[in-house]
Amino acid sequence: MPNFNFRPLWRYEDQFIDGVLTTLLLTVSATAIGLVIGIIGAVVLRSGPKSARIGVRAYIEIIRNTPALLQIFIIFFVLPTIGLKFSPIQASIVALSIYFGAYASEILRSGLSSIPPSQIEAGLCLGLTRWQVLSRIVLPPAIRNIYPSITSQFVLLLLGTSIASQVSADELFHAAGFIDSRTYRSFEVYALTCGIYFTLVVFFKIVFALVGRAVFRWPTRR
Amino acid sequence: MALVEIKNVRKNYGPLEVLKGVSLDVEKGEIVTIIGRSGSGKSTLLRCINALETINSGEILLEGQSVSTSMDGLRQMRQKVGIVFQAFNLFPHMTIEKNVTLAPILTGKTDKRGAKELAFSVLERVGLADKLNAYPEQLSGGQQQRVAIARCLAMSPHLMLFDEVTSALDPELVGEVLKVMEGMAAQGMTMVLVTHEMNFARNVATKLVFMHQGRVWEQGDPKTLFANPQTPELKSFIGHHAR
Ligand SMILES: Nc1ncnc2c1ncn2[C@@H]1O[C@H](COP(=O)(O)OP(=O)(O)OP(=O)(O)O)[C@@H](O)[C@H]1O
Ligand SMILES: [Mg+2]
Repeated sequence: MPNFNFRPLWRYEDQFIDGVLTTLLLTVSATAIGLVIGIIGAVVLRSGPKSARIGVRAYIEIIRNTPALLQIFIIFFVLPTIGLKFSPIQASIVALSIYFGAYASEILRSGLSSIPPSQIEAGLCLGLTRWQVLSRIVLPPAIRNIYPSITSQFVLLLLGTSIASQVSADELFHAAGFIDSRTYRSFEVYALTCGIYFTLVVFFKIVFALVGRAVFRWPTRR
Repeated sequence: MALVEIKNVRKNYGPLEVLKGVSLDVEKGEIVTIIGRSGSGKSTLLRCINALETINSGEILLEGQSVSTSMDGLRQMRQKVGIVFQAFNLFPHMTIEKNVTLAPILTGKTDKRGAKELAFSVLERVGLADKLNAYPEQLSGGQQQRVAIARCLAMSPHLMLFDEVTSALDPELVGEVLKVMEGMAAQGMTMVLVTHEMNFARNVATKLVFMHQGRVWEQGDPKTLFANPQTPELKSFIGHHAR
């Protein structure tokens, strides 16, 4: 039985906290930008011109069918050769946003098409504008329908931010590697890191469940 | 001037011509029922009246005005024309009160305070004033359909269109919806309805229209036509549907 000792990690409290904050920064930024990409992508997929639809479809398929690690490397190491230079954090946010945007596009598209056209028709027949129909009639049930998948995708993104360590963005996993190299307490460092990721995920899942329960109150069939 | 003037309207879906030159007038206060076999173009005609479908030729006038092609013109027209479908199409995430008051509030017909009163009064007309705070999922089909009617009434329409509004209901729920529609008829609402309820067509309607193969095959006074169909097609249709 090895001798576990978490005490040497205490001096690195600040690094852990900074790592967590950076991880949250990456997650939240990529979610926000990715959602904007997703909304545009979903609208184009539903009602854009054919060429734009093909473009968005290609984007989604390329991003979802190649390694995220490769995507972040291309942004950080390849783009500078054509003059686009990013800091590690910037490159990570860009890569993760593009990554999340691809999944969000597909999820939001499925949400919009889960609403029967007769609901849109009913709204138009009451003399509402297209925007009123979208925002009041289509979106609330559409968002409810995709709430489980978009929040799972958020969790995958949070865990996935660890790849930013590979371009030396100092998020939680990167901090863990650094502390490990200083303390040689691999087990303790990675056990603690695991625990932190786990706690973050559980925290968000609880928040999502509470928000979901508060917002989606109307009864549904099934 | 008739409230609705339909003049030689043609409509096709691709190569399929569904309306082959339909002309029909609906006077203010008239109750017009449209009957006919499946596929004869009844729903299509109704949907053309409030421009859910575009027509290929001919003209439809509402209160003397040609249906506008601009989004704004369309909306103003639709605020005056209520339509109820076979599948109630209530908004599942809104209470009955919100379902009924959404459009009047968003189109500026009422403010938030007047909305509650409006909801109460139109729901009372369909006998559901006690369901203000329920959600559509919690109501029976017949109740949902009555809410759908109330939702139109809240816009004070000049014309109501009904497309087989009792066809999806269990037989024991049909009566309550028909009763509401009879009440509206008695209060002078102009109504055009597609229906398989021959008793309603015979006893409540002021005009009967029989459509066949995309044309108005026969039209006239309901009791006269039921007793004395002029064409073999209407005769056989009545034969199939009379009880
Ligand atoms: N969106 C559409 N695209 C192509 N064809 C259509 C469309 N809507 C209706 N049709 C066709 O047009 C014809 C008339 O349809 P319509 O729905 O008006 O008939 P209906 O008289 O209402 O029949 P039912 O009693 O079955 O409701 C049918 O042959 C139908 O298949
Ligand atoms: Mg029909």
